[in-house]
Amino acid sequence: MINLAQNLIDALSLGSLYALVALGIGLLFSILRLINLAHGDFITVGAFALIVPSMEVTAQLAIGALNPVLLIPSIALIVVIVALMTDWAVFRPLRRAPQPSMMIASFAVSYIIQNGLIMIYGARPKNVNLWPALTGQLSIGPLRIATLQIVTIVVTLVLMAGLALFLKRTSYGIQMRAAAEDFRMARYLGVRGNLVIGMAFGISGALASAVSLLFLSQTGSLETGLGVPLALFGLVAVVIGGMGSLVGAVVGGFLVGFIVTLLQAYLPPDLRSFRDAFAFTFVIAILLWRPAGLIRAKAFDQRV
Amino acid sequence: MKIPLPARFRTPVLLMAGLTLLVALATAIGSEQLNFTLTEMLIRMIVVIGLYMFVGNSGIMSFGHIGFMGIGAYVTAWATLAPEWKQVMLQGLPAFLQEHTYPFPVAVLASGLVAAGVALILGAAIMRLNGLAASIATFAFLAIVYSVYSNWESVTGGTSSVIGIPTVVGPWTAVAFACLAVVAAYAFQVSRYGLMLRASRDDEVAAQSSSVDIVRVRLVAFVCSAFLVGMGGALYAHFLGVLTTDAFYLALSFVTLSMLVVGGIGSLTGAVAGTLAVTLIVEILRACERGFALGGAQISLPRGSQEIGLGLALALVLIFRPAGISRSREL
Repeated sequence: MINLAQNLIDALSLGSLYALVALGIGLLFSILRLINLAHGDFITVGAFALIVPSMEVTAQLAIGALNPVLLIPSIALIVVIVALMTDWAVFRPLRRAPQPSMMIASFAVSYIIQNGLIMIYGARPKNVNLWPALTGQLSIGPLRIATLQIVTIVVTLVLMAGLALFLKRTSYGIQMRAAAEDFRMARYLGVRGNLVIGMAFGISGALASAVSLLFLSQTGSLETGLGVPLALFGLVAVVIGGMGSLVGAVVGGFLVGFIVTLLQAYLPPDLRSFRDAFAFTFVIAILLWRPAGLIRAKAFDQRV
Repeated sequence: MKIPLPARFRTPVLLMAGLTLLVALATAIGSEQLNFTLTEMLIRMIVVIGLYMFVGNSGIMSFGHIGFMGIGAYVTAWATLAPEWKQVMLQGLPAFLQEHTYPFPVAVLASGLVAAGVALILGAAIMRLNGLAASIATFAFLAIVYSVYSNWESVTGGTSSVIGIPTVVGPWTAVAFACLAVVAAYAFQVSRYGLMLRASRDDEVAAQSSSVDIVRVRLVAFVCSAFLVGMGGALYAHFLGVLTTDAFYLALSFVTLSMLVVGGIGSLTGAVAGTLAVTLIVEILRACERGFALGGAQISLPRGSQEIGLGLALALVLIFRPAGISRSREL
């Protein structure tokens, strides 16, 4: 029983992280029809922005040493700027390009960011101890929960609630939803296309920065490929959730988190190193059962 | 000058003649460095042509083909390594692989077949998805192959490298296989299946209403292209002599996809031209990274310029010449 509860909390906290990644990817996809393979690298940028740029093996905290009240907005700002810059430099000239071209362009952005980081920070992983105060554990009866897991779950819920409020209640949010429903029609009705897309990149970047901080305080290890597996799980979550549906992205994120955690817990030990392979296989199986994803976005049904 | 060739065979014949001429010139110069670069380029060209066969004709991006390349490379390693080495290092191999070695042609063919078999299973599952979802699924496939091969110590040596594969592939072998790939890809694209697939790429609904079985034609292309890419992987193994799982992951996926996009996704000529162009760009940047003397001062670009330069080149081509340098037309 305790074991099960423990696994459930693990799954929830991992799932929250994937849900945040999936939201960042799904938001851009719903408006721009862009599969952003560089989302993971936004996360990596947020993590590297904490330290002093140098090739040294030992990382020295710069922004990372600030008070969280300053730290969180600064990192968010940096990632948002990077996200907006990629939009301006690469994706804006490709607005009318077919979807596969945009996806390839985002792969190019990802490759440039990763190798740019290697150029500035070197290729070797670095240890970073961000927020050591969060590494403790809470005991509820016989159950022991890492503080960080609680923080991750709470932060995710707060961000999701905030995003939902923004999308449902504010004028800009409604414009974004209109653009996601039918971009051309929304523009005819006075929604400014580039503004909406810019906001989508901004929010996607802000979500990525939250993932950077949460993920880095869990692992404590900085490497230039840090965001790649996160983005991969996030992309997969978007697909199984139903492409174009934000609720689907969140559901997909939690589902992937659960699958990975349960495999980690219940696979026989000698198969555990193949966990990710099993997880992806499972995901492909879900897609066979529901090719359009769990929650179908009506705007994405092909009209003839 | 008008070339007196039946129009139907013009593209493959011209491409093959060009490649053969290139190898003849390069071997006449006889620089070892040049031969090395050329062979590597030709092997990548086989992979890019294989990739083109699926991506170019179906319009669906695949990030997973490097996974087939890795699968092919390891198959040939299992088949051709010395039994003494396999019995020590790869104890999980079945007896028919562990105790015997097989000749190069058999091993290469087997590599292609195994890759095609895996593609059949994977493709049967994911070709039913819409194009974008299928692309992400191929990405997931690449991650599966990478994670399995990096962890399956008893069969792949895990993250440590597999060494001692006979290095029998030089520029002439590579160009022979490249020509084979050109012929195969061209034969496919002018075949019934190729035409149906291209129709589905250009207009899915119209093709479907003309009774094209889209899932099936995509699957045929996926399997054929995996066969070529798997053979390419085998040649790569016999060229380097050393295998690591890291070689078959995102970096190589990026390089091969850039080759295809830079050349022009929609044509075989594009696949060939892109491989040539990207190799040239990369080699120039690499030379700049090594540095050159300018008026007594040593000038060199920082390490990593090669990768960033390639990324920029790809982005620029996408923005300014979306159909690639060949404009996606055939020669």
